[in-house]
Parts: sequence; C-alpha cells; structure tokens
Amino acid sequence: MSTSNFTRRGLLKTSAVAGAGLALPTYLSAANHAGYTNAPQGDTVTLGFNVPQSGPYADEGADELRAYELAVEHLNGGGDGGMMNTFSSKELTGNGILGKKVEYVTGDTQTKSDAARASAKSMIEKDGAVMITGGSSSGVAIAVQGLCQEAGIIFMAGLTHSNDTTGKDKKANGFRHFFNGYMSAAALAPVLKNLYGTDRNAYHLTADYTWGWTQEESIAAATEAMGWNTVNKVRTPLASTDFSSYIAPVLNSGADVLVLNHYGGNMVNSLTNAVQFGLRDKQVNGKNFEIVVPLYSRLMAKGAGANVKGIHGSTNWHWSLQDDASKAFVKSFGTKYGFPPSQAAHTVYCQTMLYADAAQRAGTFNPCGIAEALEGFEFDGLGNGKTLYRAADHQCFKDVLVVRGKENPTSEFDLLEVVEVTPAAQVTYEPDHPMFAGGALGTCNPGA
Amino acid sequence: MFGLAKKDATLLLVVVGLTLLAPFILNPFPTDSAMAQFNAGYPDLMQRFVIFGIFAIGFNILFGLTGYLSFGHAAFLGVGSYSAVWMFKLLSMNVIPAIALSVVVAGLFSLLIGYVSLRRSGIYFSILTLAFAQMSFNLAYSVLTPITNGETGLQLTLNDPRVLGISQTADGSIPVTGLFGLEMRSTYTMDVGAWAFQFNVGYYLCAVALLVAFYLAIRIFRSPFGLMLRAVKSNQQRMNYTGLNTRPYTLAAFVISGMYAGLAGGLMASMDPLAGAERMQWTASGEVVLMTILGGAGTLIGPVLGAGFIKYFENIFSKINDNVLHGWFSFMPDGLENFVITIIHPFIGKGWHLTLGLLFMMVVIFLPGGLVEGGQRIAALFKRGKKDDDGADTSKATTPAE
Amino acid sequence: MDAIILQILNGLDKGSAYALIALGLTLIFGTLGVVNFAHGALFMIGAFCAVTLQRILSLSTVTLSKTETNFLGQPAEIKTPYVESWFGPEAGAAIIDWSVPLAILFSIPVMIAIGFIMERGLIKHFYKRPHADQILVTFGLAIVLQEVIKYFYGANPIPTGAPEVFKGSFDFGVLLGFDPNAIIYPYWRLVYFGFSALIISAVFAFLQFTTFGMVVRAGMADRETVGLLGINIDKRFTIMFGLAAAVAGLAGVMYAPINSPNYHMGMDFLVLSFVVVVVGGMGSLPGAVLAGFMLGILESFASMNEIKSLIPGIDQIIIYVVAILILLTRPRGLMGRKGVMEE
Repeated sequence: MSTSNFTRRGLLKTSAVAGAGLALPTYLSAANHAGYTNAPQGDTVTLGFNVPQSGPYADEGADELRAYELAVEHLNGGGDGGMMNTFSSKELTGNGILGKKVEYVTGDTQTKSDAARASAKSMIEKDGAVMITGGSSSGVAIAVQGLCQEAGIIFMAGLTHSNDTTGKDKKANGFRHFFNGYMSAAALAPVLKNLYGTDRNAYHLTADYTWGWTQEESIAAATEAMGWNTVNKVRTPLASTDFSSYIAPVLNSGADVLVLNHYGGNMVNSLTNAVQFGLRDKQVNGKNFEIVVPLYSRLMAKGAGANVKGIHGSTNWHWSLQDDASKAFVKSFGTKYGFPPSQAAHTVYCQTMLYADAAQRAGTFNPCGIAEALEGFEFDGLGNGKTLYRAADHQCFKDVLVVRGKENPTSEFDLLEVVEVTPAAQVTYEPDHPMFAGGALGTCNPGA
Repeated sequence: MFGLAKKDATLLLVVVGLTLLAPFILNPFPTDSAMAQFNAGYPDLMQRFVIFGIFAIGFNILFGLTGYLSFGHAAFLGVGSYSAVWMFKLLSMNVIPAIALSVVVAGLFSLLIGYVSLRRSGIYFSILTLAFAQMSFNLAYSVLTPITNGETGLQLTLNDPRVLGISQTADGSIPVTGLFGLEMRSTYTMDVGAWAFQFNVGYYLCAVALLVAFYLAIRIFRSPFGLMLRAVKSNQQRMNYTGLNTRPYTLAAFVISGMYAGLAGGLMASMDPLAGAERMQWTASGEVVLMTILGGAGTLIGPVLGAGFIKYFENIFSKINDNVLHGWFSFMPDGLENFVITIIHPFIGKGWHLTLGLLFMMVVIFLPGGLVEGGQRIAALFKRGKKDDDGADTSKATTPAE
Repeated sequence: MDAIILQILNGLDKGSAYALIALGLTLIFGTLGVVNFAHGALFMIGAFCAVTLQRILSLSTVTLSKTETNFLGQPAEIKTPYVESWFGPEAGAAIIDWSVPLAILFSIPVMIAIGFIMERGLIKHFYKRPHADQILVTFGLAIVLQEVIKYFYGANPIPTGAPEVFKGSFDFGVLLGFDPNAIIYPYWRLVYFGFSALIISAVFAFLQFTTFGMVVRAGMADRETVGLLGINIDKRFTIMFGLAAAVAGLAGVMYAPINSPNYHMGMDFLVLSFVVVVVGGMGSLPGAVLAGFMLGILESFASMNEIKSLIPGIDQIIIYVVAILILLTRPRGLMGRKGVMEE
C-alpha cells in the first residue's frame, strides 16, 4: 500500500528531529509518485466507496455498496461480467484496471457534509484511495467533490440530482453520471402536458435547501413554458415529519396539481399526507387533482406504499428496462443478491465502470489523464442508451425515464412502470444555461 | 512550572508528550498488516481528535465546574467555522486572522446567548441553549443560505474576492490555507521499516492550540475564579444568600467555553475550509456533552479522552467492512470464519453506531466517573501491585476533579 | 377562516402526538427524576409493534407460480398469508387490514414488558446518579434500540396503513356551514386525536382516583417521606415506568399510519418532546399536555403562507422562539413546580 500524502509541496522541517536516528526517511517526491496523489504502487489499486451507511439514506447506501462490490468483482474478472459485456468500449478485460487488481475501502457519509469529508479524507490519507465515489445527496456530493478537487483525486458522483453539482459547484476532478433537476423537468413537462393539458394551476411544496430549490426552479420554469400557472411555492423545513399543515392550504388554493419537490423521508411523508387529505380524489376547476413527484426513487417509493399508484415522476434508470445492458445488469445483480438493483446502484456501477475504462484508455491513474479520457467520451451499453460525458461541465447526457406508480404491482419491487423514455436531445441544455451558471470547472488537479 | 502545582505540571507534560508524539502513538501497526485498519495516525483524524478535544475542554469549563449543562454549544463551533471560512473568502488564506475572528465571533455570540439563557438554571437553562442552537441550525440550513450556503456548506470558490491574496493560483486552483506560507495540509511521511508515520503541519498547529487551551483550562480550574464556579455548582442558592451575584461568574465561564468552541470551529475550518450547518445541530451539541461525560465531567483530561474515544469509533469502526473481516479471519476454516464474521458483522461498518451505543452504556455502568476513572483504577492496580497498598483511593471516584 | 380552522385541526393532531410523548416523559421525570433520552426510542418501538404485527399477520405460504415469472425469468413466488388460508380469503384480508388497531392490544404487554425490563435492569441503578450519567446511559440505550430496529427492518420507512374504512376524509365544513369540501380532515387523524384524548384522560383518572395514583403523586411530591411511611415506592415506580413506556408505545402504534415508521423517528421527536415537557413545566402532567397542544397549534399556524410571507423562515423556528419566550417570562414553564430539576 502506498504511503499517502496530501501534498509534498511543503515539508515539515520540525519533524526531522523526530526522524533522526531512525531508518532513513524517504521523502515521497512527485518523481517516485508518477506526479499525482496516491499513485497505485504494487499490483493493486484502491478505490474509495463513500456511501451513507447510517441515517435515513442507509438503505440506499447499502444498495450502492452492493453495486460497487459487483463492479469490483466484474472488473477483477469474477462473476458474469454484467454490463462489461454490453459496454461499447471494450478496453476492460476482467483483468483489473491497467492490470492492477481492484481493491476497495468503504466509509460512512452519514449524509452530512462534514462526516462525508472526514471519511473521504481518511480514504485518501490512510488507505491511499486513488478515486472516491458515492453519496446519496447533493450536499454531500458537492462537499466531497470540492475535497477531491483540492486533494487531486477523481470524484465520481453517486446519486446527486441538484443542478449545482455540475452547475455552479462543478469541479474539474468531479464527474456525474446521474441526471439532474433540469433534466427531470425537461423530460416530465411534455408528458404532463399530454396527460393533464396546458391549463393547469400548480402548487409547489419544496424541501427548504439547495437541492429542493434547484428542482423547484427547473420544474416551475418548464411547466410555465407550456402554459401552466404556478399558484404558490411553499418551502418546508427539512426536519418536518408531518406535512399536514403544508398540505391543508392546498385544498382551497385553487390549484389542481401538487408538485412535491421532496426526496427520501420527506417525499414519503408528504406524499402519504397528501393522499390522506384526499387530494387524489378531489376535483378542482372540473379537473382531477394530480400529484407529481419529479424525482422518484424506487427504494423510497416503497415507503409510501400504495400512495404512489398513478403518480408520475422521473428516474435515472429502472430495472424493468428491456435493453441488453439493463437486462445483463439486472441479471447479474439479481443473481448475486436476490432482488433487482435500484437506480442508485445502477449509477454507481456505471460510474465505477466508466472510471475503470477511462483509466484503461488513458493508460494511467493520473486524474488529469482520466479527466481527459472522460471528457467528451461517448458510449453506449450501460443501460441509458447513447450517452455523452460532456467536457464543458462533466455531466452525462442520456435518456431520462418518465415513470408512474404502478396500479397493480406484481411484487414488492414492481412499483414503477416506465411511461416514456425521453431522448437525450430533449433534456440537453447549453453549459451556460442560467440555471447552471456561476461556477467554473477550473483546471484538473493531480495533487502531489 | 508555569505556575502549576507539581501534579498539574506532570499532567501537562504527559499531554504535551502525547500530542507531539501522536503520529507514532496512534500508528502502532505496520501499514501492510491486517491490523493497520485500527491505525488512527493520519492527519485528518489526528486533527479531529485535537479539535474536538479543545471543544470538549471548553465545554467542561462550563459544565464540569458550574454544573450548567448547555445543549447548544455546537452553535458556537458552527459560527466559529463560518467566520473562519468567510475570512478565507474575503481576507486571506492565512489561518491566524481566521481563527482570531472565529474566537471573537463565537465569544460575542455566546455572550448574547449566555446572557439570556443564564437567567434560568437546571433543565430550563439546558432547553434555552438547545432552543437557541436549533434556531441557528434551522436558519443556517434554509433562510440564511446566502451567508451559510445551506445544505452544501460554505466552501471556497475560484472567484472569491480575497483582499490579501489571490483568488486562484497560477494553475487555476483554489489556494490552500496556511500559516505565513506553511501549508496546513503539507505532510511529511517518515517510513520506518513497515511503518509510515505522517507529520502534518495542520495537526501540529492544532496540537499547539490544544496545549495552550489545556494549560489555560488548568489555570482556570485552579484559580479563585474556578473555585467560585465550583461553589456555584455545589450550592448556588447559598452563594446568592451571602449577597454575592453569581451571574457574572457563570456568564464568564459560558463565554470562555463559547470561545473555546469558536477556536475549535476556526481550527476545523483552517484544516479543511468548509463550514456545514449540521455542525450546529442538536446532535452535534449532544456529542460534546457525551464526550465530556464519557471522559469524566469535571476532570481536566477526561473530555479530551472522551472526544478521542467517540471520534475514533466514528472514523475507524465505520470503515471496517465484511471484506476486511474476511481478511482478518481467513486463517480459520471456512465454516468457522463465516460464523465469526456473522457474529461481528452487526457491530462494524454500518453498525458502528450500535457499538458506540453499547460502549456508552458499559462505560457509564462500570465506570461511574468516566474513562478517567478507568485510568485511575488501572493506576491503582499498579500501585497496589507495587506497594501492596489496599487503600487505593476509592474516594477519587466521587471527586475526580481533584 | 376555513384555513384557520384547518390549521387548528392540524395543530390539535400534531399536539396530540407531542402531548402523548411528553406525558410519558414527564411521568418518568416527575416520578423517578430520571432524564430519559430513550423515550423517543420507546415511541419508535411502539410504531414498530404495528409493523411487526402487520408482518406476523402477513406471514405466508410460498408456492411457485406456473405462469408468472419474476424479474430474473424464474417462476414467480405466490404468497398466501396463513390467516387467509385459515379464515378464508376475505376474513383473512380483513384481519391484515385491521393490523394497526389490533397492534394496540399487541403493543400494551410488549411495551409494559420493555418498560419493566428497562427500569429493573438499568434505570433503577441510576436514580442516585447525576443527571449527566442518566443522559449518557439512556442516550446509549436509545442508540442501541434504534440500531437493533435498523438491523431487522432496514432504514427505509415502512408503509403501515390504517384500515380501509378510515381512508378518506370527514367533511367538517358542512357541519359548520361552509361549502362542501372546504374543510375536510382525514378520518385516521381524527381517530388519532380521539385516541390521544382518551389515553390522556385515562392516565389522569388513574393518578387522580386510584389509591395507587395517590401514592405515586405523593411520591412525586416527596419521595422520602412516602418511603418513610413504609410504602414500597420502588415497586410503584417500576409500574409507573411501564405505564410511561406503554403510553409512548401506544402513541407510536397509532402514529404508524400517519407517517410510515422508520428507525430514527424517535430521535426526530425526542428533542421536541423535551422542549414540550420543559415548556409545560417540570413535574406537571397538565403542563406537558397543555404545552404539547399549544406548540402543535402554533407550529401549524406558523406554516401558513400568510404568516410565512410576513416572517420568512418562521415555521423553522417557531417552537424554539415560543419556548424561549415562555421560559423567560415564566421561570418554571407554564405549570412547573418549584425545585424540580432546577439544579
């Protein structure tokens, strides 16, 4: 294992005293480190999987971890290879990455930016991880992305949906495969238009923090563009558990659509409460009252039980997709664990494969080499159709799924059905789109 | 020495030794061995030990001496971090002004909250401090986002208007925090045989801060002021009846401990320029309460031990996964190996909270005076062994402060 | 006007959850003088009693389908709950549907047993210890209980529905002369409110009108003297602890259909219920109930758009602002007694 350093630019002279009389101290210079942080030494390479293992997103984190373990198995030549067989790039051969066996360390983000950074730092400083990946919330993703930029490590974001991750907080060392709020809105709007018409009054309930705001902004803009009127946008405290006092005013607001910009436990509770208050059976202005949950997660939808039936939303990927890649992944994951993977599992599996492939193509683990290999990379066969890793903001552009809560689920996993696959072109935006403006990638940092 | 009694001077020297040699002490296992998982001698965790140690020492000045249990001390640490990061964004990447500002701001903030909260005592005081801290957290997370950057936490960006310094370095990255050119993150690694010891500038800055904080705490504990605070703890009413107004004393203790928290916050931001709102949440306030009680409230060294204990489990146990376990027990026959792993599995990785909860209970059940009492018992055992002295003082358990 | 009435209803509903938890907490505070940080965990375990009963009732025989396949293309499993094969499909489905109300019966013995074990096994040894030690040990216990639940049930919320007949809403508006559908309120929330009122009155009646209650009240006021009178106050305190646990548990059971239970729901309520107890005043049961309802209603009002637009973010902090104001104007909360937990 390599001895890890944040940087060697500065030397701590005082420590020489302590070193005197002991074995020859070796200054790990850039030269024997190939010029970047944590260059793998020996015949292994260490990846850091930083996921929530405690707190409300622990189950999502556990599913991500399963997918990581599967990806590592496949990279090292074990199992049935999963999506490695369908991936358009054929560089990976099941021989590790660049001939080095893949090893991994895990950590707990606790869904707190502080704890996530502490965990990532220990992977970098102690375990010599050359890449950090994971996360189940945008706050954590942005915080860890900033850390990796400073440390000279590649960050492959997990589940993060805020526009800011590849918008105003984008970083040269950070990459996101998952979709974002803008894409959700762009994919949902036409479907909502077909279903509910152009003359609608929408009421937004939004989790009061950055992710909620960016999604609210995206959805409101997209629906207003097709003629909807936004009646009200109400912010709800993150710590809310009972949303009744926010739902009740919707009843007589004249709105006929409720948009829930909530995720996780907030989403489960606000949706459950909305259904309790009979919103779904209501008629307003002669139309059926509708609820929309722009970002769906199957794991979380399970918590809302039957309340999700018939409710539309968007998702990054769903196991019922019938393309070869998705089928291969579901088979591989399902055989190993006994249930189908979640979208969080899918995105982190893809991120690991994409990283490994980029390293293979670049012929190095140097973050700058990998960034170059990923920038503008076009690929297929990872379950979302043809995909582009855009160089300008390190965001993947691919098809987005519009889904609906299934009326007659056949199993406990069969909660959502895909209504439409929105083509990538429709959800693509300019890198300088106002919702993403205000930040800069900067230059890639190899550390050391 | 330094105006300390012999016993205190010895304690201080021990702490000096421990902190300065921490990179060795915390790295007992060779890097490649299976036990390396338990090594804690890497910069980030060592910094955390020391920073939370400072936080807990400060908290103990209030709680240990006066008995006032504040449930909102994390708020001071939070405002400390925010002020430091703002200083980095606006003024310079030098840590001195940042830390100075965080201490001052935390001091003022605690003066305000302390002035109001100390009008009540007992649990009413606890709830007042809790209410103020939760208000700060909730607002920082949502409405105050322009100042705090809400959920994501306040970070440096490439276009910060740094007055004394550069917005970005020549190669287009964010400059790093430092002390007159000495970068906080720079680390020197010394390889000795199979061991790798890391010496980090930031850690030593924190260590110096801890030593100063610890020294000041000893002086406060032993001063007439400290005695007055203890009197407040044992019987505030009687003090009041003698015509003495205790409020200025308790308020001073509150502000001092708030400034300690601010120092911890400023250091935290200097080591890693990010300030997140969850630093102010009640769970964070609760954590420092637990650290202090766990280590031994009212003792000098206890809070530091408690802080180290909790941070160690949080950072080390959460990273042990089944894969690591298989590595450890691979020498066993397959069936036995899987059996052992099944037993250990719930307590490591995502189960680290469970281990911590169990340990809290064990410590408080078996060591009523906290970890310090554990230390004393062990010391007493040795003494007994040497002198065959049966009077290994049990009286210490009740007054571990002495 | 209709909006205000709706928020009062919401407030009463939230308030009844706060009041129930605070009631149990203050019983333990008041009678035993113990700061119980594990009280939220008892509420959570109550909710998981409902989940568990639902799971037990849904235990199924598994047969492989001949026609249907699962996601891997293997024969799908068809589950038939035992209760359905025993009592016939309709009666069986009805039993599963009614699992939450049934869980009330199930949870009372479970919660009392947990309360007894906790008190006898752990809390008893901490009566004479400082509050700080009590906090540490009960906090540790809360974490342990929480993690055990997480280990068996996972971290995600688990949907636990109310019986079908309680779905839908009651139209209050018509009663009060408003337009139909202007003021509607979900049946189950009304049930929750009624249930809480019932439990609260039962606890008060128990303490007020029984000899047992009289002794306990005497013990709350002056434990030593009651002990000197030759009354075995310890045994009664154990029973009180069991009772407090049962109250928290029942609050949890009935809460399960309102919000899907998850393992950390106890911690979410813990801080709030402490605030409620202290605002109500230490050692005062009516105070705790009053403060619970008051804070519930104020919280609901603060989340109204009209008020939020006046003071942004007020719904985030209202409870704490009110707590601070009350504690500064009334030194011992609304109805606190002198000398309880003031040191």
